[in-house]
Amino acid sequence: MNYTVGIDLGSTTTKAVVLGEDAVVLGRGITNSRSNYDVACQVALSEALINTRFSLIAGEFRDIARDPAQAATLIGALERGFRAEQYRSQLRVLGTELRRFLSRLLTKPPAAGAIVERIVERMHSEIDALYAEGARRKSDFFRDLAGSRYLALAEEEARATGVSFDVLAGLFDKAILDVENSAEAAGRFDHHAAVALAALPEADPALTTAVARVAALTLEQIGSVGTGYGRQRLPFPEGRIRSEILCHGLGAHAMFPHTRTVLDIGGQDTKAIQVDEQGIVTSFQMNDRCAAGCGRYLGYIADEMSLGLHELGPIASQSSAPVRINSTCTVFAGAELRERLSLGEKREDILAGLHRAIVLRAMSLLARSGGVQDEFTFTGGVARNQAAVGALVRLVRENYGARTVNISEDSIYTGALGAALFALRSAQAAA
Amino acid sequence: MSPTPATAAPARKDDSQVRQKEMIARHFDRLAAAPDTGAVTAYTFVPGNLTELLLSFDVLPVLPEINALQSAMRGKTAEYIATAEKLGHSEDVCTYVKSDIGMMKSGNVGPTGQRLPSPDLLLLSYTGCFTFMKWFELLREEYHCPVAMLHVPYQADGRITDSMRTYVVDQLKSVVIPKLEEVTGRKYDEDRLRAHLAKSAEAEDDLVWVLQSAKHVPSPIDAYFGAVYYLGPIFSAFRGTADAVEYYRALRQEIGERIRLGRGPVTPDGEVERERFRVVVEGPPNWTSFRQFWKMFADEGAVAVASTYSKVGGVYDLGFRHDPDRPLETLAEYCLGCYTNLSLPARIDLLTRYLSEYRADGFIINSVKSCNSFSAGQLHILREVEARSGRPGGFIESDLVDPRYFSAANIKNRLESYFQMIEQKRAGAGA
Repeated sequence: MNYTVGIDLGSTTTKAVVLGEDAVVLGRGITNSRSNYDVACQVALSEALINTRFSLIAGEFRDIARDPAQAATLIGALERGFRAEQYRSQLRVLGTELRRFLSRLLTKPPAAGAIVERIVERMHSEIDALYAEGARRKSDFFRDLAGSRYLALAEEEARATGVSFDVLAGLFDKAILDVENSAEAAGRFDHHAAVALAALPEADPALTTAVARVAALTLEQIGSVGTGYGRQRLPFPEGRIRSEILCHGLGAHAMFPHTRTVLDIGGQDTKAIQVDEQGIVTSFQMNDRCAAGCGRYLGYIADEMSLGLHELGPIASQSSAPVRINSTCTVFAGAELRERLSLGEKREDILAGLHRAIVLRAMSLLARSGGVQDEFTFTGGVARNQAAVGALVRLVRENYGARTVNISEDSIYTGALGAALFALRSAQAAA
Repeated sequence: MSPTPATAAPARKDDSQVRQKEMIARHFDRLAAAPDTGAVTAYTFVPGNLTELLLSFDVLPVLPEINALQSAMRGKTAEYIATAEKLGHSEDVCTYVKSDIGMMKSGNVGPTGQRLPSPDLLLLSYTGCFTFMKWFELLREEYHCPVAMLHVPYQADGRITDSMRTYVVDQLKSVVIPKLEEVTGRKYDEDRLRAHLAKSAEAEDDLVWVLQSAKHVPSPIDAYFGAVYYLGPIFSAFRGTADAVEYYRALRQEIGERIRLGRGPVTPDGEVERERFRVVVEGPPNWTSFRQFWKMFADEGAVAVASTYSKVGGVYDLGFRHDPDRPLETLAEYCLGCYTNLSLPARIDLLTRYLSEYRADGFIINSVKSCNSFSAGQLHILREVEARSGRPGGFIESDLVDPRYFSAANIKNRLESYFQMIEQKRAGAGA
């Protein structure tokens, strides 16, 4: 079957959206952009294609399932099994890389080899629980999931054995890059799906049929468009690269057709975009000289507080009396944060103040671009942060009155969706 | 983003550019020889420059602004600015000033590699920029020479009134001319002044013809980047000379030939072969990355068909010409009529008019950190011009001569997005 893909290469993550010829989203994929753009694109695309196959399996299976009411549960179990197998194959590569980097250490603690083996073994033993039904995972990324477990176990080992935690953590930092940069580490769909199916021996045989049918499908790419901050580096010809402004405008329009103003807060830039009734951009503003107030600001604050990025919003949301943070500079905001902590201010109040500070920067760009029209769509990684959303909704209401504020669960894919739509239009125009 | 590579091909030059280079070289030879020849020199500014009056006293003008921008194009300003900052000038001070101070403290070697003479007079002929006053206060401390200051009222209501003109003429008579008589030991010779003014008007007619040639589609010139070269003689030391008359006559012929052949503008990296976008530009260029900045436009097939920067020394296309029959009144009107002395509504009118007269697709504002005379009110201008013309505005931020404020990747990103937006609008939603 034919598909088009849009890839949004951001400074933090790379997103891919796969569309069918009827412009319906078939699959989405996301990965860290950190070190290698080309590989990030490959990994995001292969993730999106895996996701596509799962949505196709779900469609097939719904029609032939013995008990349609159970179909979704079974597909969920299959996908968890698949992800567990994918994690297992990535963990195998991680183990190999850890051993390789350990062997290169000039002065290695004698116990280190055994420690690394114990950690990797324990991580393997935890996989089934990690992907069990109802289990909560803090992230979809192998780096985050494996990283938090590895570091926790390394800390235990360091305490018990006296081997330096820094040495163990340093090994992970090096090894993870090769895992992330390897499209092979994620493994192949057929293999993982077969393992996942085998783990469900009691399942409806129709599921096996559905998987087999979808595995046999050839997915034919008929168009691709790349966008994003790193778009100059995308492995696409020039004609297939679009500005992320246009892609976010069109993507937001596709998600919420009444959108007139779009705010996207990404890793290192914030965009305020006005679009017309067809999703065509009429004006835009972006931060130029300084990236304060972007997603990285929150990343920096999270690092300063030794928290995960995803933990900031929930903590800030508990605040009842946000403090006023004046620094618009990310580094100064870090200093202000430490100062206020030392003065005994509550962590949640400081974090709430920091969220408000970043939203204030966005408000200034929105004002420059022509204000906030109805409807208003908020996209980008920061749109997943409830504290930022809360501050934005309040400030929009105070400054512009009542506005319908749209935030999609999939807002991080807005740019990739717009890119995929451009690809589809080009493919249709060429046909 | 890499700067222009060291291996870049030598910049392409028109015959007029070569001729101009020779004229400038001769001028700097005269300046370098001034301590020996006893020639009197005055430091003065581009806006409201009184070149004809200076020439009638045989005074050689030195223009610190032009020295600063040329230092930037030669890659010297980072060092000069650092020198000035070491002396205590803050990061927020106009970078033209800091470049000039730094150059002075580094031996006052000008753009041709020759030492510039110390001034015999500081002639401040435009006070619309407060920084100019402070700048000359600093130079006065350094050189201990006489200062003549002409207070030029702002055109708050968008027009020059009789009392404004009289006020400036009175100052010319009571302050500027007596000071020139004092430093040169010569008497004011109105006939000489009239002769220079007549030559000015002749050159001005040809300059206006050249700038308005951009009304042709495709435009034979770039009226922002390219215009910088065309302005050299008239806004520096040559207005009112036979050299300037000849230069502009030759330039006019050269451009006439380009129109006849249907050729596009010549850039340092070659000719713009296909004009894809016609834009009006507001604000001064960035000088530290001038060639790279221009290339970002040229690579997209974007040609500036009109600019306000090319009017900093006089908005001739509104009809002003130096008039030998009213010598002092005409100088007063010239000082009062420079672009940054226009009110915001007048600037908005001018930009809106350019968009329609030059059949432009839109306009771009380059907002520079250093120059409040330009930058204050630019967001208001953006909004108003968009509303009145119905054409999209783009907004980028950089600086005049401080390389730290030219973020090439970001600016390229904005420009590409802007041009793609225009393209998408042209094609409708199917783009």
